[in-house]
Amino acid sequence: MTSAGAPERSGTTRGGGTLYRGDLGMWSWVAHRITGVLTFFFLFTHVLDTALVRVSPNAYDAVIETYKNPIVNLFEVGLVGAVLYHALNGIRVMLVDFWEKGAKYQRVMLWTVLAVWVLVMIPGFYFMMERTISDLVGGH
Amino acid sequence: MSLALDKPRSPRRPAARRSNGELYSWLFMRLSGLLLVVLVLGHLFIMNILDGGVHKINFGFVAGRWASPFWQFWDLAMLWLAQIHGGNGVRTVINDYARKDSTRFWLKMLLYVSMVLIISLGTFVIFTFDPNISN
Repeated sequence: MTSAGAPERSGTTRGGGTLYRGDLGMWSWVAHRITGVLTFFFLFTHVLDTALVRVSPNAYDAVIETYKNPIVNLFEVGLVGAVLYHALNGIRVMLVDFWEKGAKYQRVMLWTVLAVWVLVMIPGFYFMMERTISDLVGGH
Repeated sequence: MSLALDKPRSPRRPAARRSNGELYSWLFMRLSGLLLVVLVLGHLFIMNILDGGVHKINFGFVAGRWASPFWQFWDLAMLWLAQIHGGNGVRTVINDYARKDSTRFWLKMLLYVSMVLIISLGTFVIFTFDPNISN
């Protein structure tokens, strides 16, 4: 569409209300895409493993054991982190779209998203990994 | 009579062929997203954090939850909304990054087939779950 050497239109790239280009707003969008796609791929696997309850209790329990492996447990923390970011930033996107002051406060809202994410993930990490870490360290 | 001028930068597109599909898709992402915040974060909290996290999950735990129509409906709603919300998101990603029309077409076919498969399988499992199935 646009040729490579096209002159930039002044006033559209800077200060002209572009939330998504080149700045923090763009990276929040990139992270939103990546976390969304990863979660969708996980969902595919997760419905297949849960479907094993229809095969037999043993088959289901055997597959669920893999979720309790220390490495996989760590991936679950990553999954929860990805979903939590996607949810919080999704609320921010809705506020930007539907709240009259949303665009004005989008940057503050992004820092709020990140702060809430950290505040939830610290206890979240502890409760998700508690058993795995005590098993590894204590070795009962 | 007014002077007839083309509007600058307006693509010539027959108005009758335009549809509101992308608008509904945009709106659906926001409405389903709002519901999914509750459904999915609730699911993750119960399954991964509460009461020993993932270590408590086994066949008996699932049977206990699906004994209640409330949790059956929760999981069914989550399955449908997450698949359509996620599928619509991936459709947008494919539209953005696929360079050839044929690549775009086949990636989307693969996506739609996987969505139908997962929604059908998940719905079937929720409705036909039998807690007394043999080992």
